[in-house]
Amino acid sequence: MITAEWLYWLIGAFFVAVSVLILGDRTHARRLGNGAFWGVLGLSFFYGTFVVSGQAPAWILGIAVLLMVVLAGFGFTGKAVERTTSAEEREVSAARFGNRLFIPALVIPAVTVLVALVGPMVKIGGSPLLADGTATLTGLGVSAIVATAVGVLILKPPSLATPVREGGRLLEAIGWAALLPQMLSTLGSLFTEAGVGTAVGDITKKMLPDGSLIAAVLVYCVGMAVFTVIMGNAFAAFPIMTAAVGWPVLVHVFHGNPAAVFSIGMLAGFCGTLTTPMAANFNLVPAALLEMRNRYSAIKAQLPTAAIMLVVNIGLMYFVAF
Amino acid sequence: MFVLIGVALVVIGFALRLNALLVVTVSGIVTAVIGGIGPLEILNAFGTGFANSRSVTTFAVVLPVIGLIERYGLQAQAARLIGKLDKLTAGRILALYQAIRQATAAVGLTTIGGYAQAVRPLIYPMVVGAAERKYGTLSEKAIEMLKGFSASADTVGVFFGEDIFVAVGSILLITGFVDTTYHLTLEPLELALWALPTGIAALLVHGTRLLLLDRKLDRMLRSAPLGTASASEAAA
Repeated sequence: MITAEWLYWLIGAFFVAVSVLILGDRTHARRLGNGAFWGVLGLSFFYGTFVVSGQAPAWILGIAVLLMVVLAGFGFTGKAVERTTSAEEREVSAARFGNRLFIPALVIPAVTVLVALVGPMVKIGGSPLLADGTATLTGLGVSAIVATAVGVLILKPPSLATPVREGGRLLEAIGWAALLPQMLSTLGSLFTEAGVGTAVGDITKKMLPDGSLIAAVLVYCVGMAVFTVIMGNAFAAFPIMTAAVGWPVLVHVFHGNPAAVFSIGMLAGFCGTLTTPMAANFNLVPAALLEMRNRYSAIKAQLPTAAIMLVVNIGLMYFVAF
Repeated sequence: MFVLIGVALVVIGFALRLNALLVVTVSGIVTAVIGGIGPLEILNAFGTGFANSRSVTTFAVVLPVIGLIERYGLQAQAARLIGKLDKLTAGRILALYQAIRQATAAVGLTTIGGYAQAVRPLIYPMVVGAAERKYGTLSEKAIEMLKGFSASADTVGVFFGEDIFVAVGSILLITGFVDTTYHLTLEPLELALWALPTGIAALLVHGTRLLLLDRKLDRMLRSAPLGTASASEAAA
């Protein structure tokens, strides 16, 4: 059975290759820092496989993670001078290749959809080929390989290292923000283990006026949004707020429909995700990829939508869940 | 109560604009120490946390091919193509993209769009191309706004779309947590159905804001003096 591990190895190999290219570039301003960061990150993707399967101790990976934090957090990493084609060269090349340039980009969704739809149906010797729930990840990996091959065939770059070099350029633009989402999920589990959820629950219960449904709905939804802003992830806020208000008050005292309360509560948390730099993969990664001058420009565009949607969720829960 | 110091650290760290990676790590360690978790367990938590969350970094796998086609002028071609379709304005392109992103996410295809796969190479250059055709050279402020809204169309679309799909992380997290903690048996399908009204509302709210972006651009670029940086330079 095929799991998603091969994809993590492929990504790990890409990071290691980028690291090797950086280390070999004597003109790179942050050669050692960036080289070490992407190298350690790449190797961690391989090592993670054995941590998940229980064959290797997790604390070694923990040390590697802290090393990456030190490298990025104390300024040992940074952006290099981008070396790629100029705007003029690109205009000329666009005129030459025309719409053929879209083919590799469109191969990605086409192959992803194909694998996601057909993959789960493929059985070998009676057992499914793809592990449960990995079809879209597998599809993404396969589509990336096919698209790169198609791109190389159409564009005939000077060397096979060109895709890695150009991909590395984008990767260095994202920088340490690439690691932040993974760190946040660790933070969430440390918070839970240390009892942050119970502490917040106690405070919330004391603050909540007795017998008011609208107050309880407000505290649950706004609490989901606020905690998501702080933790960067609605998944981390959900157990905290549900244990504090969602279950004991909304479902038990007010007899809310559990499915409606929890589903809408989670979506109230999503409103928080739209507004926080802690949700790095949704707000900081695009800022880096689109080379925004202000890291918060995406958040700025989303803020009014998030506010309206929070009100919508509160109203929806109040009127349909009870 | 003292474990909440970690939460405060995150807030303070962000207010001071310290490196987020550092803030999160220090806050996690401080919280764990106050909560009585030993050093080896903390290292183990960082290790397993990393290993189990590798899937959030999978977008990186498409970067080589995107970088490659960019090198050969993909963005220039996307802008050129959109220049011929004058019905498509910046706002309409983004509203359409959000609708597609949300619909595909709702049937589980969350990985076919995304900032690396679609927004940077295709959507954003088209949006800039459409705006340049209409207004000529764009001001830096307008470019920054278009970047923000291009990212937002993807984010809002995928957020409020994926929750309608039953086998997605947030639905499974709800059933996983609630079923084990409170001994309920919630149907994922039921949760997904309750996400539908919010999904429709998000499509209408943000879709409308995206369509109104054209008016915003009108006000910004028809009255303000034109900037100097051309979009192709800023995107290079």
